[in-house]
Amino acid sequence: MTLELYRIDDRLIHGQVVVGWGQPLDIDFIVLVDDTVATSDWEQELYRMGVPPEMDVYFHTAANAIPAIPKYRADSRRGLLLTGDIATMRQLTVGAGVTVVNVGGIHSRADRTQRLRYVFLAPDEEKALRDLAANGVAITAQDVPGARPVSLDDLLAGNEP
Amino acid sequence: MSCVTCEKTMSSNEPGAPSPDAAVAPRAIVAGHGDFAAGLVSAVQQITGRGSQLIPVSVLKLSVEDIENLLRTRMQEANVRVIFTDLQAGSCTMASRRILRGMDDAVLIAGTNLPILLDFVFAEGRTAPEAARHAAERGRAAITVHGAGSGPATGTGA
Repeated sequence: MTLELYRIDDRLIHGQVVVGWGQPLDIDFIVLVDDTVATSDWEQELYRMGVPPEMDVYFHTAANAIPAIPKYRADSRRGLLLTGDIATMRQLTVGAGVTVVNVGGIHSRADRTQRLRYVFLAPDEEKALRDLAANGVAITAQDVPGARPVSLDDLLAGNEP
Repeated sequence: MSCVTCEKTMSSNEPGAPSPDAAVAPRAIVAGHGDFAAGLVSAVQQITGRGSQLIPVSVLKLSVEDIENLLRTRMQEANVRVIFTDLQAGSCTMASRRILRGMDDAVLIAGTNLPILLDFVFAEGRTAPEAARHAAERGRAAITVHGAGSGPATGTGA
């Protein structure tokens, strides 16, 4: 199998990921790429307790995820890769050839403007998404599998389907 | 059953019905996806009149940090040491576990259902954390399965 989904979600492992995507995609493992979580045993244990026992979770910094991703793509099981922000995913598009990205949840913050019900962006984050698209990365926003994917243009225009 | 009958059944004029004085200070927070918290607290209020013991918290649109800050603020404002959440993997559960880290006198119950909360609001003789632990066991036992494939007890025969 392979990595079925490359998702940006600032809540990382939570209900939408484990249940909403995990069950319909029949996900066996999650690759969580986050520099903070990858260096904290306590945070890793917190996220491990959020998944069912049959689901594995692997933690990486952005730097050490890049050489590991080919191994996950070649895995016989189905996986899902998560980053908590656009900047981390951007590193993976450059370093590990990620070409399709799901924007699943970037939530409210003082410097962000709402674009969709579940996507708020700061100016530098909007620019980063535009740059990714200009470099050939396919970007859509979609919080759950049953929702219609939102194109980057509609996302940035705030056109909620 | 008519709506009038329903309202009468829920009124406080019948023997055993909760008294209007059942409302007390908040003892716990309820948090989860969508309108989970408001829905459950509404149901507790309708059934027992004791919904004021529970503070429903909605976290739609909030970041992980904001969820944690909101729950922490609500806990401090109400001086409560119990949080009920919906999913083990939910953002509210994750945030609550961070808040409760190092708080030896606090309790988090994930996987909350209505029977848990009903037991909790009637356990006024216990401290809130004790009541929450007791209620969790009652709520676990309150799940039943009926119908096809449930075994001889369903009356479907062998």
